[in-house]
Amino acid sequence: MHAIDVSGLTKRFGDKTVVDNVSMSVDRGEIVGFLGPNGSGKTTSIRMMCGLLKPDAGTGSVLGFDLARQRLSIKKEVGYMTQKFSFYEDLTIEENLSFVAKLYRLRPARDHVRQTLDQLGLTSRKDQLAGTLSGGWKQRLALAACTMHRPKLLLLDEPTAGVDPKARRDFWEEIHQLAHEGMTVLVSTHYMDEAERCHRISYISYGKMIAAGTIADVIRDSGLITYLVHGTNLEDVPGLLQAHPGVEQIAPFGASLHVVGSDRVALQDALKVLEGRDSISVVPGETSLEDVFIKFMATSTDNMQ
Amino acid sequence: MTGFFSLTRLWAMFLKEFVQMRRDRLTFGMMLGIPIMQLVLFGYAINNDPRDLPAALVATGNDPYTRAIVQALEVSDYYRFTELGVSAQDADRMLVRGDVAFVVTIPSDLAIRMQRGDKPQLLVEADATDPASAGAAISALPEIARQAFARVNMTRPEAQEGLEVVVHRRYNPEAISQYNVVPGLLGVILQLTMVMMTAMALTREYERGTMENLLAMPATPAEIMLGKVLPYLGVGAVQVVVVLTAGRFLFDIPFVGSISLLLTTTIIFVLALVLLGYFISTVAKTQMQAMQMTFFFFLPSLLLSGFMFPFRGMPEWAQALGEFFPLTHFLRVIRGIMLKGAQWPDVAVESYALVAFVFGFALLALLRFKRTLD
Repeated sequence: MHAIDVSGLTKRFGDKTVVDNVSMSVDRGEIVGFLGPNGSGKTTSIRMMCGLLKPDAGTGSVLGFDLARQRLSIKKEVGYMTQKFSFYEDLTIEENLSFVAKLYRLRPARDHVRQTLDQLGLTSRKDQLAGTLSGGWKQRLALAACTMHRPKLLLLDEPTAGVDPKARRDFWEEIHQLAHEGMTVLVSTHYMDEAERCHRISYISYGKMIAAGTIADVIRDSGLITYLVHGTNLEDVPGLLQAHPGVEQIAPFGASLHVVGSDRVALQDALKVLEGRDSISVVPGETSLEDVFIKFMATSTDNMQ
Repeated sequence: MTGFFSLTRLWAMFLKEFVQMRRDRLTFGMMLGIPIMQLVLFGYAINNDPRDLPAALVATGNDPYTRAIVQALEVSDYYRFTELGVSAQDADRMLVRGDVAFVVTIPSDLAIRMQRGDKPQLLVEADATDPASAGAAISALPEIARQAFARVNMTRPEAQEGLEVVVHRRYNPEAISQYNVVPGLLGVILQLTMVMMTAMALTREYERGTMENLLAMPATPAEIMLGKVLPYLGVGAVQVVVVLTAGRFLFDIPFVGSISLLLTTTIIFVLALVLLGYFISTVAKTQMQAMQMTFFFFLPSLLLSGFMFPFRGMPEWAQALGEFFPLTHFLRVIRGIMLKGAQWPDVAVESYALVAFVFGFALLALLRFKRTLD
């Protein structure tokens, strides 16, 4: 049984279709990255999966519970971490945790809270108001609060936005630990490096699911071919290549250039202009996830306009 | 030095404020609609000289004198006999319950005594809890009596002075208006604070963004509703104690009824108020709107409940409207208990009305409550 199995999810706000016919299935114990540009419908999709929004169309089940009729059962087994810190800033850390523990009827609530505080390393600061915590600590508190009831499925909506690299790394270690213990995790993010920490990814753009699978699958399915241009005095190279129809993307990566296209013959043809220049070497390279995403963003129709 | 005061900037600011004001439909509607509505509503509804007050007649005789008095009272427009030929005991209960505002007692041997040249007494008992509403009708009494006898006793003018009208201002013999106002204030204060505080209950969660989290957790609408309104019962209890204590020691308000009955009915009233507030919070989108809706409710309830102006002075449609405010019913209950010593049977109907508000508001709020962020 899948942890998430939804098909044809659609959500409209007014006459704008924010999520359009999205299908997704996630296996138990998987960490799935949910990627896409701003306003692509990631948050709306996640909200539909945890029962916070009613889909206008589509069916599905989360943890075996029907999305339309068993929302309360879903809520009991799912942990949802909102994009914006949404615990009570005017309650202390301990009061927030205690509130959450009781809503999930954890018994004895006090023990769960104490244990969580210990794990967080916040026992000495338990009487501090949650609103006075820094961004990184708020994120840790939120994660601890929404995993306290040991949910089978964890939905994380851009959990690491505005958090420093060290805290992000710790956070992902924690996520992997939770997945190792059997928790299924769906995490939305903008960051490529975070996408690479997931078992699988789904890419959504302007409400439509564009690609899904392992990173290797997604890169392969994109059909993109990449050549690396190494050398000195590369400043004029983009200008020379840009006009050629075989070249779709040119992006600098350190001292080299990624030249990306879908048609190998056309791409090789374009790169011929660089032959004969001693200081430059052209070698076949690996397409990166970022190259793929840039392509997705450029080609997906923009229904925001 | 340019720009101490720029008309362009003033204009920009003016335009921005105007656009924002217009975008907020509710506020805009309230600024235009409320003055008109309230002017019409209150202009027609409020009347400080109530007429057609219900009265009970305790009389067994059917002599010309009795008939003339009853007729003269009715013709005066102040009295309307809704209960005829009742016993003195029944009439007293009616006065306690507030079914009638007056009890007119005419001795059965009136005609005989008039002819004998005695000075018989006509007893008019008035519900004086609200001195203002009974005042005009009482002061018109001597003139009404004189006219009645003028008609019957055309031939014997000396009998005109033969009737003594005795007025008992019941429950508030000295016509102290605080006796009426202070118990009413308890209702008004409770209403303002309870409704306003709970009207913010949900809008605050929405505005702070905590609603998303709350809805994602497994709390049911009824749990959220009761959890949010019950704490205010405690606040209400403190207010009750403060107002009642102040009423006793600062204003010497008599307290003749049962304190436990008063507290029980007050709890029901407060429950109705907090649920009303919670209902408002399921409708309002922002705390600002919740506040506006509270005041939108508060003003008419103040004017139409009988707190500021005599309830019976209003036209029937306004009285019917007044019945839709919990305050109207609570005022009858608290004045009945505190000033008249009303017992449970006397306030049962009004108390059931309050219970109906409790269930009505709770049901409306649960129906309005959105389990999702849609």
